[in-house]
Amino acid sequence: MTLSSGGEIGAGPKGLCRKGWTAASLLRSPERLTSPMVRDRKGGPLVPVSWDVALDRVVHGIRLAQAETPDGVAVFGGGGLTNEKAYALGKFARVALRTSQIDYNGRFCMSSAAAAGNRAFGVDRGLPFPLADLAEADCILLVGSNPAETMPPFVQYLTAMLDAGGDLVVVDPRRTPTADLATLHLGPQPGSDLALANGLLFLALEEGLVDLEYLAARTTGFEAVKAAVAGWWPSRVERLTGVSEPDLRSAVRMLASAERAMILTARGAEQHAHGVDTATAWLNLALALGLPGEPGSGWGTLTGQGNGQGGREHGQRADQLPGYRHISDPAAREHVAAVWGVEPSSIPGPGRSAYELLDSLGGGGGPSALLVFASNPVVSAPNARHVAQRLASLDLLVVADLVLSETAALADVVLPTTQWAEEDGTTTNLEGRVLLRRRAMDPPEGVWSDLQILNGLAARLGVGGFPVEPEVVFEELRRASAGGIADYAGITYARLNAGENLHWPCPSTDHLGTPRLFLDGFATPDGRARFFAVDQPDEAEPVSQAFPLRLTTGRVAMQYQSGAQTRRITSLPGDAFVELHEDLARRMGIVHGERVKVSTVRGEAWLAAKVSDAIRPDTVFVPFHWAGKKRANSLTGDWLDPISKMPAFKACAARIDRITG
Amino acid sequence: MTRVVVIGNGMAGSRLVEELLRRDPTLEVTVFGAEQRPAYNRILLSDVLAGKRPAADVTLTSMARARRFLGSEVAGIDRVAKTVSTADGIVAPYDVLVLATGSDAIVPPVHGIAGPSGQLLDGVFVFRTLEDCDAIAARAKRSTQAVVVGGGLLGLEAARGLLQHGLGVDVVHGMAHLMDVQLDGAGGGVLRRSVENLGVGVHLGSFASRVLGSRSVTGVGLADGREVKGDLVVLACGVRPNVGVARSAGLAVERGVLVDDQLRTDDPSVYALGECAQHRGEVYGLVAPAWEQATVLADVLTGRSASYTGSRLITRLKAMDLEVAAMGDTRPGIEDCDDELEVVVYADPVRYVYKKLVIRNGVLTGALLLGDTSTAGVVSQAFDRGSALPEDRSALLFAPRRSAAVELTDDAVVCTCNAVTAAHIRESGCTTVPEVALKTRATTGCGGCTSVVKGLLASCTPALERTVA
Repeated sequence: MTLSSGGEIGAGPKGLCRKGWTAASLLRSPERLTSPMVRDRKGGPLVPVSWDVALDRVVHGIRLAQAETPDGVAVFGGGGLTNEKAYALGKFARVALRTSQIDYNGRFCMSSAAAAGNRAFGVDRGLPFPLADLAEADCILLVGSNPAETMPPFVQYLTAMLDAGGDLVVVDPRRTPTADLATLHLGPQPGSDLALANGLLFLALEEGLVDLEYLAARTTGFEAVKAAVAGWWPSRVERLTGVSEPDLRSAVRMLASAERAMILTARGAEQHAHGVDTATAWLNLALALGLPGEPGSGWGTLTGQGNGQGGREHGQRADQLPGYRHISDPAAREHVAAVWGVEPSSIPGPGRSAYELLDSLGGGGGPSALLVFASNPVVSAPNARHVAQRLASLDLLVVADLVLSETAALADVVLPTTQWAEEDGTTTNLEGRVLLRRRAMDPPEGVWSDLQILNGLAARLGVGGFPVEPEVVFEELRRASAGGIADYAGITYARLNAGENLHWPCPSTDHLGTPRLFLDGFATPDGRARFFAVDQPDEAEPVSQAFPLRLTTGRVAMQYQSGAQTRRITSLPGDAFVELHEDLARRMGIVHGERVKVSTVRGEAWLAAKVSDAIRPDTVFVPFHWAGKKRANSLTGDWLDPISKMPAFKACAARIDRITG
Repeated sequence: MTRVVVIGNGMAGSRLVEELLRRDPTLEVTVFGAEQRPAYNRILLSDVLAGKRPAADVTLTSMARARRFLGSEVAGIDRVAKTVSTADGIVAPYDVLVLATGSDAIVPPVHGIAGPSGQLLDGVFVFRTLEDCDAIAARAKRSTQAVVVGGGLLGLEAARGLLQHGLGVDVVHGMAHLMDVQLDGAGGGVLRRSVENLGVGVHLGSFASRVLGSRSVTGVGLADGREVKGDLVVLACGVRPNVGVARSAGLAVERGVLVDDQLRTDDPSVYALGECAQHRGEVYGLVAPAWEQATVLADVLTGRSASYTGSRLITRLKAMDLEVAAMGDTRPGIEDCDDELEVVVYADPVRYVYKKLVIRNGVLTGALLLGDTSTAGVVSQAFDRGSALPEDRSALLFAPRRSAAVELTDDAVVCTCNAVTAAHIRESGCTTVPEVALKTRATTGCGGCTSVVKGLLASCTPALERTVA
């Protein structure tokens, strides 16, 4: 099969990037798993078996693990699952396993922005406006986002805006290809974005750029924020962030003078132990300038993961039920229980968040069995060496994936699954639009879809209600989400097939969907957006003499997430590297391409040096797609945001050493 | 429960209270503030004077729960009974006492400045508190010509603020150049040009020796006989640590209250911070050190181990059209360079720009940025942290130029979707975008690189033609 860029897929704009049109090559890759495999004993080899044998083994293990408590089994999902699968997985955990222990890798991606959006607006939809609005903006400020490399098709909107005379401000410690496009690039020290945002708001106040009418009519809580930012005068911001006052002033003036302006945050701002507060600081700035809920303006968060939005709406999160309902809300439990045909009291309460869950495995009181779907935490979780140890201590690890990922390689049972082109399913993109993906080809013989797997497991556990047809699951999801925040009740396969563009909430089949949220009011009890005063905390891990550099992590153009798929596509070039400034390289005698050791107190990685002038001299960058000795997450810390439980992927103290001899 | 009493509700005291209660909300904290107003951000006073912010906007709204007595001057400390008493009869017992009494504006003892009761002559003001600010602004409404005595940081901010009120403004300064504490002579000269360019008269080299006028001020007389006329005079002659209470209580005091690295005075129950404290011989008059001290002291008082070892001072002039960043020792000149000392200077006085780096053994020990502070961020961080400096020192003086016509190196990836480099396109022999698309696939992904490809083609086409010719 080949892919062309004719259709509208994924992010929405026309065009695919190279990850896109090479994706088809994995469908028939020799590395595709085509048979379930089981390990007889720890340390033994994975041996191909029939589906019956594999599923019996899983259920046997589940029963043993749940001998004392249903929470003895945990489920780890993925933001790449379709809405139908994410929904079914959440239901499977609560109804078939009756465990509270389910979370997913999206926790490592969107959770901070989601929490900030919920806190301010009462709803979390990546973009509360259509993507196409970006091209019409007069100014866009991007924080910690590098779409020119991570999702190239998205850049069209930015270049269209720039070509029309708009301004692009990019905030990133690296001068990325995206920063090269920008009118203005601000390069703060990793982890200091919160102070930067507060500093911009300080200047907006000083220069009289705050939209007082909007504040009075549409928001609450500004006084406390005003007091909080009063401590962030420019020279203090300069000392902490390294961004100079003239640039701060230019940035805030560009934003404020634009008729339509947007502030978009991404992982660079959000993946910190203070990620929610950092996203909130930028949201505060957007609110003070009167942007959210005004046509063509606003605050949003970018996501590139296949179903980053939909995957966080329908119940694979520890604290959530379908429709973006909260699992602790009695009304939500009652509604969903009725759809599921169970007693509300039988639905477990909130469980552990992703890293807390991984950290608890196999030890005092934590689950002793884990089912992993569409995720590769051995590579993608922070402090990954520790995570691998926790996984190894399980009595039963089950991994469903299409290739033998690093996590699958540790499993006791491996289940081969279908992928995107081999099954129907919907995803929801960052603008809250539901997209229907049709099956284009038959899966290889011996491969099951995740829905089939859940059906097979549930049947063995004596539980019904897990259909294998995606559309049937979607029909149930519609009922389960009805009346919730992310209301899909009016969205059907038929409407999507007919080409309708439907953004949730879409409460009925005659409703046209909601491309732009908040035009009439915010989803808060009083309809006003909520300011929330936040302050820059001390660094979780300050640099020291032993670890004098700041490490930040991220993605590169040719790879995706943990790399389990893209590393297996031979036509995608590139190898793992550490990017460092030429001054630092010169001082250490490191030359471009040389293999060096990067270490933190938690672990080490051996990487090729990429010497550049596009990074702060006190900062090094390691992409996180690679495994083994090149694994970035051997280095990262496991401090979590107190609200979102997001780990601090984006800043820790590190050192570089030459490998001599 | 530990009872903490803080004397002083200014930038240092209020910050300490916030930091303390953030660490331990169970502390019983009592604050005495001499001013009637709630704590406010003194750093913004010049904005208020310049009319950039309403006075209400500089209040440091506190979320912390503390007992606050405002307008309540502390009269004495009984270190044996461990109590603090105020003039209005309040007696507060303490386990820990913190002095954050700040400093007072200096009124130079010159002829005619004050009446027999010590009251300043009508039309003469110090510039220290929000109240002073209000009074100056009110007076400015019925004045035409202002004289600022003192050409340091605060004096220049006051002068800039007074210009906003439509007054003529003169600055008199006894030293040879403006901001002489922070600037070298050449920098002072450039700053003078910028200040004069704004319409401010500058009178240097002679101290004010008398204030003119009998019932109301009419000007300032200098020691060398010059007279500068004005019906509003603002004194910006520096500050003096407010140590009266500490001295009466018998604590060790020099210029300020002596403290050690834990901000402790010679009485183990009494601490001091901010502008009233003297640490390792230094008395700081800026906010940043006071806040650094507040962090350390809050740690110390809540049982954490912490030390204050001194602050690196960075001075920023906050006044419209006057950009100054100064830090460290800026006196050495280019003639002083040797094996250990490196001095880098860029001067463009006609454009009001002057920049200087002083580097000792590879570490930035002083810097000046006048007229263009576009690198203040990186310079501040290098100075603060003593971090390694860029090989190319000019990177600390000039922000990187951004232009669309960046010369792409051959290995620069132009089309990220297809991993096409500049060399691929240069060597493709193509002259149009569709040709490039066909041959290299560049521009066929997201299309985001189309303009770069066009630029590359434009820049290499003439060369090709020349080769052919």
